[in-house]
Amino acid sequence: MTDTLVAFDDVLSSYDPALGLEVHVELNTNTKMFCGCPAVFGGEPNTQVCPTCLGLPGAMPVVNRKAVESAIRIGLALNCEIAEWCRFARKNYFYPDMPKNFQTSQYDEPICFEGWMDVDVDGETFRVEIERAHMEEDTGKSLHVGGATGRIHGADYSLVDYNRAGIPLIEIVTKPIMGAGAKAPAVARAYVSQLRDLILALGVSEARMDQGNLRADVNLSLAPKGTGSLGTRTETKNVNSFRSVERAVRYEMQRHAAILDRGEAIFQETRHWHEDTGVTTSGRPKSDADDYRYFPEPDLVPVAPSREWVDELRGTLPENPVERRARLQADWGYTDLEMRDVVASGLLVPIEETVTAGASAQAARKWWIAELTRRANDAGVDVVDLGVSPVQVAAVQALVDAGTLNDKLARQVFDGLIAGEGTPEEIVAARGLAVVSDDGALGAAVDAAIAANPDVADKIRDGKVAAAGALIGAVMKEMRGQADAARVRELILEKLA
Amino acid sequence: MSAANRGGADLTRLTAAEAADALAAGETTSVALTRAALDRIVAVDGDVHAFLHVDAEGALEQAAASDARRAAGAPLHALDGVPIAVKDVLATEGLPTTCGSKILEGWVPPYDATVVARLKAAGLPIIGKTNMDEFAMGSSTEHSAYGPTRNPWDLTRIPGGSGGGSAAAVAAFEVPLALGTDTGGSIRQPGAVTGTVGVKPTYGGVSRYGLVAMANSLDQVGPVTRTVLDSALLHELIGGHDPRDSTSIDQPVPDLVAAARQGAAGDLSGLKVGVITELSGDGYQAGVLARFQESVDLLVEAGAEVVEVSCPNFVHALATYYLIMPCEASSNLAKFDAMRYGLRVLPEGIDNPSAEDVMRASRDAGFGDEVKRRVILGTYALSSGYYDAYYGTAQKVRTLISRDFEAAFEQVDVLVSPTAPTTAFKLGEKLDDPIAMYLNDLATIPANLAGVPGISLPSGLADEDGLPAGFQILAPALADDRLYRVGAALEAALEAQWGAPLLSKAPALDGEN
Repeated sequence: MTDTLVAFDDVLSSYDPALGLEVHVELNTNTKMFCGCPAVFGGEPNTQVCPTCLGLPGAMPVVNRKAVESAIRIGLALNCEIAEWCRFARKNYFYPDMPKNFQTSQYDEPICFEGWMDVDVDGETFRVEIERAHMEEDTGKSLHVGGATGRIHGADYSLVDYNRAGIPLIEIVTKPIMGAGAKAPAVARAYVSQLRDLILALGVSEARMDQGNLRADVNLSLAPKGTGSLGTRTETKNVNSFRSVERAVRYEMQRHAAILDRGEAIFQETRHWHEDTGVTTSGRPKSDADDYRYFPEPDLVPVAPSREWVDELRGTLPENPVERRARLQADWGYTDLEMRDVVASGLLVPIEETVTAGASAQAARKWWIAELTRRANDAGVDVVDLGVSPVQVAAVQALVDAGTLNDKLARQVFDGLIAGEGTPEEIVAARGLAVVSDDGALGAAVDAAIAANPDVADKIRDGKVAAAGALIGAVMKEMRGQADAARVRELILEKLA
Repeated sequence: MSAANRGGADLTRLTAAEAADALAAGETTSVALTRAALDRIVAVDGDVHAFLHVDAEGALEQAAASDARRAAGAPLHALDGVPIAVKDVLATEGLPTTCGSKILEGWVPPYDATVVARLKAAGLPIIGKTNMDEFAMGSSTEHSAYGPTRNPWDLTRIPGGSGGGSAAAVAAFEVPLALGTDTGGSIRQPGAVTGTVGVKPTYGGVSRYGLVAMANSLDQVGPVTRTVLDSALLHELIGGHDPRDSTSIDQPVPDLVAAARQGAAGDLSGLKVGVITELSGDGYQAGVLARFQESVDLLVEAGAEVVEVSCPNFVHALATYYLIMPCEASSNLAKFDAMRYGLRVLPEGIDNPSAEDVMRASRDAGFGDEVKRRVILGTYALSSGYYDAYYGTAQKVRTLISRDFEAAFEQVDVLVSPTAPTTAFKLGEKLDDPIAMYLNDLATIPANLAGVPGISLPSGLADEDGLPAGFQILAPALADDRLYRVGAALEAALEAQWGAPLLSKAPALDGEN
């Protein structure tokens, strides 16, 4: 089932895209939204549960103050108004993972509303307007057993783990983002990326997309070019990486255009994103008339954050991410392109921590962006899941700076770190990785390389110093990478002078 | 009752306060009180059917533990060792909790409601779980999936609802104390028709944690007893802030027992009593009104000043209630989907039933007609396009009713009315006429909508049928102590006239001496 697509550039000649993003952030509070259970997903199924998060008859919710605090801080960081008085509502619908068959959420009285975030795309700034950020609880998780696909279809039976049920979520909803045109996919990506930076800087969530701490739903519609109207939208659910956010927007623009070009109408529905194939497929039909029968949750008293508390929380906000990036770029001397790569990769925080731990900004960038990102991609995991910490990266670089390691050996130390073999120093010792720079050991290898490569030696004697690289390579090979390359070069040039 | 009489078969006749005194004086034991209650249940509950579940073993264990504590000289709660029954809508760890519904048949909660935990902590043996209208929906206890409870005054009549089981258990001398829940009158109306005392505390004055909700914004747990003083003792025990119920009030409970003792002295001078015009005229049985008027006269004799007070919006209270309550109930009952606990029915004629098929079959078999009626009403009233017209409007009227109370309480200290418009009607009489059934809660509902406290106590027997009539006293929120002061004064004056508690006039049940 492949959808017809229109070439991306052609989409824009006929249509204006409107983008909307709904991002769910799982908070890292110690306890759940409405009970005292640990807010730790994972562990043995159904061990982090109580009558309240299981929705047992008679159990009642109590609002987690820390979650309200996190919601307010997120709202303030997004330049939102903070409600003086708001309530929770019941969103009534059946969902197999939802123990009460209603979700305690906020409806017409969100705690945060009317905010904005400026998003940088290629030096251009888009103001993304935030409609609201509201509090709600997460659902449990189903495990479908017996089918080939792990989906409910074809499964013999399903099990439900309620450990995640009741973990606090903040849902951040943008207003329709108009006028991004060809940059709509990049704006979507940049928004989610900057939002994640902000969440991390606030320290309110682990914000790991691969683990579902931060989940983006992408709304997209196309309208005939220049009309300024809004078309029928589709909502692509749970897109779980920055790159996928960008690709999903692009894909939906191309898919919508093909349908509209045929004179057909877009069907309002949710879509599923498929990371492997880069396509979306139809989910369930969704209309604006979904009848959730919202009404105020009678078991919870209204949330009325005092202005003193809000002001106090305002004082705890981290630096504005845009200003922070400008400051870091200046401090670190990165080019615009380098900075953009760093921001887009979502590695600003670990790089900053690496610099704080003593590495140069360039070295930190090199290891995280070039080396560790490649390894994470190869392993199919998130970089932060490789098991290498900023402090360790800084320690490896310190060994390089001290001349103990060269880059090649440093990569082997990373192998060891990923394999959990201990500290960089322990790995250097255990693997015998230190660079050899004493002339006794190197001299013999240099002599052997010269003897084995008379043509190259002649060129160098003729003044073609650049040819020394070949001999250095031979020495390195002989020394299994552990030679001090700079000293080897000096020895070669001395011997062939 | 003299200490000499406190033995043998008479133990079931003791009020809770008397039982507590007898325990304190070493004249009886908790085990003896508990055994007496259990024996009485064996003797009469076949007729009355007040209980859905009796935990003889557990109650006797708790009683023995109480006696041991007393023997050891440990500090005890005033009611330590006095047996109690609990309405089956409250979660009891290890004891079945069915809410009178088939859908929860066999469900044993893994936790205690806060009020139950407080009873246990204070050492009251829990005798068992009392019958009720399914999910507390009804005014006659005929909607229990496990069969109706009968009124101890006349076994052909209803004991009121939804807490008919608790009221009948107390009226039939099966237990001196019971807990009920009152969403639109389910403690007070059964109290009225069984000749017992029932109190709906201020909303938030008693924790709702572990009360299986019918309508969360209206439900309240409260005492069911034979005397005003017993209610005060029990109310003080269960009341007070609970961090697990965010709607519970974080203030100390007023000194209710002191208020009851003060009231019993009989002096109400300086008190202003308002008779609610809208709750004392048309639709009320003549005998009920006659007893009501006599009680009002007794209040005047005790020194109270009585005036008529109009609460014009009370005429809309019933309609308002029958929108808000089903809306909340429809949402609360959504969790009963046969997936995790309770009844599961596999649909017939479907080979590979989906979750929805199983849910449909289970709900069809597990919910009774009244529950289905209210779920459908609530679902409709909340649905998009109707919300403002129904739920939204009802909430506005609710506010107007609260304002009526506020205005009235600016003029008077308490408001009074008959508790229910009629005495106990015959079983089956109103079963096919829901509206007629709903009208029985006419006088009790306004207090739930406004969250104010109310008490019902017996005001005598109606002339036409010789059945108990109830007298309702309402007070401002948090002024629960006024209920006890006025209630105890009226109780003392009435008993002086009758020469004994009203229940002593109840016809004997089978198995009685």
